[in-house]
Amino acid sequence: MSSTRTIQGQKNLQNINQASKDGIGGSPLRPDGTLKVKGEFAYSSDMWHEDMLWGMALRSPHPRANILGVDISEALKVPGVYAVLTHQDIPGSKYYGLEIQDQPALAIDKVRYHGEAIALVAADHPETARRAVKKIKVEYEVLTPIVTEEQCLDPETHGYVHEPHEFKSHGYGNICHEQRLVSGLGVTDEVRAMADVIVSGEYEVGMQDQAFLGPESGLAVPAEDGGIDLYIATQWLHVDRQQMAPVLGLPEEKVRLTLAGVGGAFGGREDISMQIHACLLAQHTGKPVKIVYARDESFYGHVHRHPAKMRYEHGATRDGKLVFADCRIVLDGGAYASASPAVVGNAASLGHGPYVIPNVKMHAIALYSNNPSCGAMRGFGAVQAAFGYESQMDKLAEKLGMDPVELRQLNAMAEGDSMPTGQRIDSPAPVAELLQRVKDMPLPPPLDTEDLDIRAVPGALSNTSHGEGIVRGVGYSVGIKNVGFSEGFDDYSTARVRLEVIGGEPVAMVHTAMAEVGQGGVTVHAQIARTELGVEQVTIHPANTEVGSAGSTSASRQTYMTGGAVKLAAEAVKQALIEKGRRRYGWTQKDISLVGGKVVSESAGVLVPIVDLLGDQAIDLTREHHHRPTQPFDKETGQGFGHVQYTFCANRAVVDVDVDLGLVKVVELTAVQDVGKALNPLSVVGQIQGGCTQALGLAVMEEIIVKDGKVRNASFTDYLIPTILDTPPIPVEILELPDPHAPYGLRGVGEAPTVSATPSIVAAIRQATGLALNRIPVRPEHITGTL
Amino acid sequence: MRVTFTANGKPVEADDVWEGESLLYVLRERVGLPGSKNACEQGECGSCTVYLDGTPVCSCLVAAGQVQDREVRTVEGLSEENGELGLVQQAFIDAGAVQCGFCTPGLLVQTDALLEQDAQPSDNDIREALSGNLCRCTGYEKIMDAVRLASARKCAGKGASE
Ligand code: FES
Ligand code: FES
Repeated sequence: MSSTRTIQGQKNLQNINQASKDGIGGSPLRPDGTLKVKGEFAYSSDMWHEDMLWGMALRSPHPRANILGVDISEALKVPGVYAVLTHQDIPGSKYYGLEIQDQPALAIDKVRYHGEAIALVAADHPETARRAVKKIKVEYEVLTPIVTEEQCLDPETHGYVHEPHEFKSHGYGNICHEQRLVSGLGVTDEVRAMADVIVSGEYEVGMQDQAFLGPESGLAVPAEDGGIDLYIATQWLHVDRQQMAPVLGLPEEKVRLTLAGVGGAFGGREDISMQIHACLLAQHTGKPVKIVYARDESFYGHVHRHPAKMRYEHGATRDGKLVFADCRIVLDGGAYASASPAVVGNAASLGHGPYVIPNVKMHAIALYSNNPSCGAMRGFGAVQAAFGYESQMDKLAEKLGMDPVELRQLNAMAEGDSMPTGQRIDSPAPVAELLQRVKDMPLPPPLDTEDLDIRAVPGALSNTSHGEGIVRGVGYSVGIKNVGFSEGFDDYSTARVRLEVIGGEPVAMVHTAMAEVGQGGVTVHAQIARTELGVEQVTIHPANTEVGSAGSTSASRQTYMTGGAVKLAAEAVKQALIEKGRRRYGWTQKDISLVGGKVVSESAGVLVPIVDLLGDQAIDLTREHHHRPTQPFDKETGQGFGHVQYTFCANRAVVDVDVDLGLVKVVELTAVQDVGKALNPLSVVGQIQGGCTQALGLAVMEEIIVKDGKVRNASFTDYLIPTILDTPPIPVEILELPDPHAPYGLRGVGEAPTVSATPSIVAAIRQATGLALNRIPVRPEHITGTL
Repeated sequence: MRVTFTANGKPVEADDVWEGESLLYVLRERVGLPGSKNACEQGECGSCTVYLDGTPVCSCLVAAGQVQDREVRTVEGLSEENGELGLVQQAFIDAGAVQCGFCTPGLLVQTDALLEQDAQPSDNDIREALSGNLCRCTGYEKIMDAVRLASARKCAGKGASE
């Protein structure tokens, strides 16, 4: 094997010149697709270097314990072991974190969650590393973990996850962050009296995992200048570097990150996992170090979706108009803050759903506990809330004797309405229309019990029943999600576009630090460059930290933000080229553009081929795209222009429920979403279907089981994600109502279906069974009542 | 120990193989065939699926020693001799069935095996055959499209050549 595979990650996208005419609105195929189907695309776990070592972490078996001593001497004696490190070997700062620097790179004196990393080993074979890890002796003083809301909120009795002095910015006991919101008159007895009907409910959401398939992995290579090169699967190269450099004791420019192939992310790669560990081991051994998490380590090593406990109360008039909503959302953030503050902000500001509600009171909090840390996952705080408010809408409709879709439409927000945050919605918000369309889609045929294919019924393939005891239900839902980073964050992205002549053809090169995590951003960037520059051939430069930050591949923001930056840079290149032509040829026309490899004027026709104008000079320009500024929410009232864009999706679920066995088969899951402008319809539909499937997982099967702070199902055997048999046909319809503030009018796509689809499935199960179902995932015992 | 076997038609040998190593590890780390993926290494996800003597298996569950003198075909071996994409590979690209692509190698091998057995599977046949291959990105709809497309092309191709 040659060491050239080390740089496979860089080759993934280089020299892929697509001779396609497809600009935006078309569906050209992925530039990385061919490599992927050939097995030649280099994911981060495929990185390889001659002479490389394997890194591995020792993880805590206890959710809460004091560390009395760590003895690494036996581990160091294992032949083939090159280094064993603890926090004492960290050259720089010992803490890092996305928003709050509360997380030690290796545990110091205590562990706060099951699976926290305590020590690291580098060895010549993964098995050697595994054996050495087992030889590290840790003496613990095991403490009772702080895991319930009651325990967290009573630190005097149960203790602190982080002692009040432990890091600067923390002063709230075990509350990591909270956000209140009051609009209209708030919710008082007088306001309650204005409602004819009131419904309330308590809802619970289990801990979901991103469960991307490509394990956390990467290769750290020490460089001659004392710096380090890391080939890594991540969602945001620059923010990784920003957190890593102080710990490694290096200036940022000496920590160079290149994106290696990413096997899915869904928020789970927004935090540091093995990045710092691999680099520390590489620094200490002077050798390249590869870390690849096993699946159980992946479950321990990344943050999950916050489990939630919610209380909702809604009041409405007799004819169905909402009068008030009173909500409390408690998110368990686990041991470290990660993205909890922003998740709380989303839950608080989006937690009422896409409805006009005159009077609102909301309190959202994230707790510190000794449960696994939670952070970003697709839908980010909006998912949990949607299960709450949509369950309430169904309850209210039932109480009023109204059709649940009509009730939603009656209260649906539209352009010009205000959010409970006071923010006016200044772009299309076709909530009622989305619901209408999803309702109007044809229903699937009834279950064919005459000529039954056993594979089509709940519990398919297990031969559990032959269609007896099966009832069908239909449920609807709609959801709202923000796009991009909110609450005053200066969200931006950088793109470099270069235009030059190669082999007699004009070729554009696009260079950004955007993490392609599978969503297809690289396809769209090429489409944008083609559209703006009128060229066919576009090369995508490998994503790395040599260019400015692209921000995170999350929050449905990359097409908006980095796509926007590519558009700006390409436009600048176009203007520079046209300016060159004006100087050379004295063009006076105002209507000059680039089409089909030529500089053209609408009035005068073809002016000159790009190739002739450019000659052997390249135009290479970099631009940043910032979205319009947002504001932080007022801490007490939650008021403020907090979000830059909203996105909406509506769903209809049809389910068959075997009420004897408690098994559910989703028969069909329909989605209608407004995407503003579909830059690549094939990818857009793929995103919506994928998002719906994760929502299906949350509705009926996915949950990390945590008991007394311990994770009980850290494997794909026990943590179930939907298979192709669990997943139904997902018909998708897209609406394109342009947002005047966004590039091309587009709207972020990836998250909205994950927010909205879960409640539709639960609603359908409720309709089939008549059960209340206040907790997701819905389990067989909830349906059979054998809990 | 030393293990020798055939990978995609070529003889390969791996030295110093530790007896606990899986076929997946040997393919990925020792003989330069990283196409088969490592997502669970427990036989649950299907990302590591390869042909072993013509039968699709999870290579993470096969001990390296078991492949001595046997024939392995991986995703890297699904392309045509001239390097052009095989029918199933092309269909996955055309249908948009590849997002992050981590599940793709396993799905390609499994689909190839399915269509070898039955060139015109029903939807339920496809779902049953692919139920051991997890995909977290696509929602499977486009994978269904890809398999149907590959099936249609395979049948059309047969018709034309007969
Ligand atoms: S890696 Fe072999 S089945 Fe998952
Ligand atoms: S495409 Fe990412 S797991 Fe299937």
